[in-house]
Amino acid sequence: MAAAVGGDGGGHKKSKKKKKGKKHSTTIDMTPMVDLGFLLLTFFVLTTTMSTPKSMPIALPEKLNEEEKEKETDKIAESKVLHILLGPEDKIYLYQGVAADKEEVIDIKTTNYGKDGIRKRLLEYRGTIEAQHGKGESIFLIKAMETSRYKNLVDMLDEMNIIQQKKYALVDISPEEVDLIGGGSEASTATASR
Amino acid sequence: MAKAKIAKKSTFIDMTPMVDLAFLLITFFMLTVKFRPQESVEVSIPSSIAETPIPASDLMLITISDDGRVFFSVDSKVTREQMLPYVQRQYNLSFTEDQAKIFAIQSDIGVDIARLGQWLDLEPEARKKQENSPGIPVDSTRNELQDWIVFARLSNPKLKIAVKADEDAKWPVVKRVMDTLQDKKIDKFNLVTGAEAVQTAAPATP
Repeated sequence: MAAAVGGDGGGHKKSKKKKKGKKHSTTIDMTPMVDLGFLLLTFFVLTTTMSTPKSMPIALPEKLNEEEKEKETDKIAESKVLHILLGPEDKIYLYQGVAADKEEVIDIKTTNYGKDGIRKRLLEYRGTIEAQHGKGESIFLIKAMETSRYKNLVDMLDEMNIIQQKKYALVDISPEEVDLIGGGSEASTATASR
Repeated sequence: MAKAKIAKKSTFIDMTPMVDLAFLLITFFMLTVKFRPQESVEVSIPSSIAETPIPASDLMLITISDDGRVFFSVDSKVTREQMLPYVQRQYNLSFTEDQAKIFAIQSDIGVDIARLGQWLDLEPEARKKQENSPGIPVDSTRNELQDWIVFARLSNPKLKIAVKADEDAKWPVVKRVMDTLQDKKIDKFNLVTGAEAVQTAAPATP
C-alpha cells in the first residue's frame, strides 16, 4: 500500500521512507455510472408489464347430443326465467318468461349497461321471481345475438358475478326473439304468445 | 454598503445516495420484469371484476381480434416443438429444420395449416401483417382450431385454456370458438379480462 498521504514527491532522504505516489483525489466522477444506471432503469421501467390481465373463469355445461338432451334436460318453469337479450348498440332487452298455458303478452323492457341500468333491473326481477318461487330459484338466460359485441357478454357475465346470481346460462337466441326486438330500438310490447 | 458575503461552497454534491437508489430500482425491475410477449395482433380486452390471475405457464391462448380473426398460441417452446410432428403427420406436410426452428419461437399462429410452411418462410415483420395472418379457419366445414387444440393437448396435457377476445369481437365468432372448445370436451376455460375501471362500462344512452 503506497498510501502515505501528504508531502510532496521527493527524494529519498530517509532510507525507510517508501516511494510516494502522486496525490490523487479519492472521489471518482460518478456521472457516467449514473447515466448508465438511469438508462437501464428507464429501459426496465418501460418494458415491464405491471398490470397483468386477470381472467374470468367460465364453466359451460357439457354438450349433449339430441338423445341425451331429451333425457337429461330438466324442464324449468317458464315463470322462473328472466330472458336477457344482448342487443346491438349496447342495449339490453329483458323479459320475464310467461307460463306456456297462459296467453299473456310478453313485456319487453330495454335498459343499458351500468349501475343504474341493468343491475337495478336484474335485482328487481330477481326480487319478484324469488318472491314467488323461493330464494335462489330464479334463472337468468343470457342470449347474445349476431350483432352483440364480446364486451356485452363479458359485462353481463360480470354483472352475474356482481349480483351473485346462482343460476344463469348462455343460450342461443331464437329467431322469434330476434324478430321481437327486431330493428325496433324502443321498448315495445309485443303480442307474441308462447 | 457592503454586500452580505455568501460563504463559498463546493458545487459538488454527493451522488452516492442517488446512485444507490437508482441501482436499487434497477435491481427491482430486473427481477420483476416479464417481457411482453410478441403479439401479432393488438387486442383491447374488456374489463371485469374477476380477479383470478392467468396461469403463468402451461397456457393455451386463443385470441380473437376485433375483425374476427382467430389466433392460437401455446406458451412454451418445448410444447411448440412437440406440436409440429403432429401437424406434419395429420396434414401430410413436411417442414424444413429452419421452419421448425421458427415455429418453436413463434408466439401466435394465425394462418391455415396448408400455408403454414410458406408463412414461416416469411420475414418476421411480414409474418405479422394482416394479409399474411388471415386467422385460423374455424368454420364448421374446415375447423383447424380443433386440430390445434388436439395437437397442443397431446404435446402438453397440463395446458390450461384461456380465450382472449377483443371488446368488439362479434358474438358469432366467439361462439364458434366456444363451440369448438366444447366439441373437444373442454367445458372450463378462462376469459381474459382487464381489471375493472371505474364504471366506464356504461355508455351514454339516449
